[in-house]
Amino acid sequence: MECVFGLVGNDFAVVAADTSAVHSILVHKSNEDKIMILDSHKLIAASGESGDRVQFTEYIQKNVALYQFRNGIPLTTAAAANFTRGELATALRKNPYFVNILLAGYDKETGPSLYYIDYIATLHKVDKGAFGYGSYFSLAMMDRHYHSGMTVEEAIDLVDKCIMEIRSRLVVAPPNFVIKIVDKDGAREYAWRESVKDATVASA
Amino acid sequence: MSIFEYNGSALVAMVGKNCFAIASDRRLGVQLQTIATDFQRISKIHDRVFLGLSGLATDAQTLYQRLVFRHKLYQLREERDMKPETFANLVSAILYEKRFGPYFCQPVIAGLGDEDKPFICTMDSIGAKELAKDFVVAGTASESLYGACESMFKEDMEPEELFETVSQALLSSVDRDCLSGWGGHVYVVTPTEVKERILKGRMD
Repeated sequence: MECVFGLVGNDFAVVAADTSAVHSILVHKSNEDKIMILDSHKLIAASGESGDRVQFTEYIQKNVALYQFRNGIPLTTAAAANFTRGELATALRKNPYFVNILLAGYDKETGPSLYYIDYIATLHKVDKGAFGYGSYFSLAMMDRHYHSGMTVEEAIDLVDKCIMEIRSRLVVAPPNFVIKIVDKDGAREYAWRESVKDATVASA
Repeated sequence: MSIFEYNGSALVAMVGKNCFAIASDRRLGVQLQTIATDFQRISKIHDRVFLGLSGLATDAQTLYQRLVFRHKLYQLREERDMKPETFANLVSAILYEKRFGPYFCQPVIAGLGDEDKPFICTMDSIGAKELAKDFVVAGTASESLYGACESMFKEDMEPEELFETVSQALLSSVDRDCLSGWGGHVYVVTPTEVKERILKGRMD
């Protein structure tokens, strides 16, 4: 099952997601990137129905870009989170998207922030959040070790602790994870944590 | 599990002498899992009207946004704030509009009406108003809250005594309900000031 979690540190926010694309018992690929870079200073980590996940996050990404083109300034993280919640809420009673989202962003004025957005459009600003079966382990791990104002090293150490916990305790644990970070210098990929690499195709 | 019990909530409003108190718990959960312990269920519509929304958090957020919008329009047209009785009617009408596809919320409205007379009411998810002279309750802990309020309530309490009564009723009721709790949020409103206090109860 898909594991997504994230936390807010001193001047940054970090999110991690598993990278397996699964249909029933088959693993299609194990290097699927589920954390989209929304704009220069925002990350959207999504989990849920794969078609909805890709379609919905791309829709949000294009609308965020459109706002910037039209108005000349980027949306704040709070505004992007509220826009995302609005789209989910509007679709909820017609054609719901089964996507759970953790939106991490950095604003110059307000610093780093993390927003928890449920698939039924529950929005809440949090310091640490997680979705999926992995959340039972990662949230507990973060409750124990998290404190406000963590450095990047401390936060990545905590993320690794969560990943180890998920790998050892979840029965269908995803083997590989991607970690992305957002701070004043922008949103970027931080690292991959791979324990299984895709089998290489033999050349013809 | 009922859709009203998906997120967990507890709300109570009580009338005092020329004042009222409205209190809520702080837990935001997804069934058995706790997501946040600082969720705001009570919002200020204007200085003399407060709205608490229990039930499904996403619908509470949507409903709150719609009601703030309607109140702002009212303020522009009428050049004054809404009376609490009028606001209660507005909430009731908006809920009944969705009679056959309702918002899964139970609102609690508390305000100071003409001549600083306190007004409280609650309604079900389709807008059936229930006016009361003493106290109103809502949420997953409502049955415990009814009992606690009935035994602790006295007529014409001063603000300080009212605060104590509401706090004790709230904390003892949420301690018997696994879906609500993690502290309390109490607003005591008199004609001259609004006092907001956060309670620390059993953090489980």
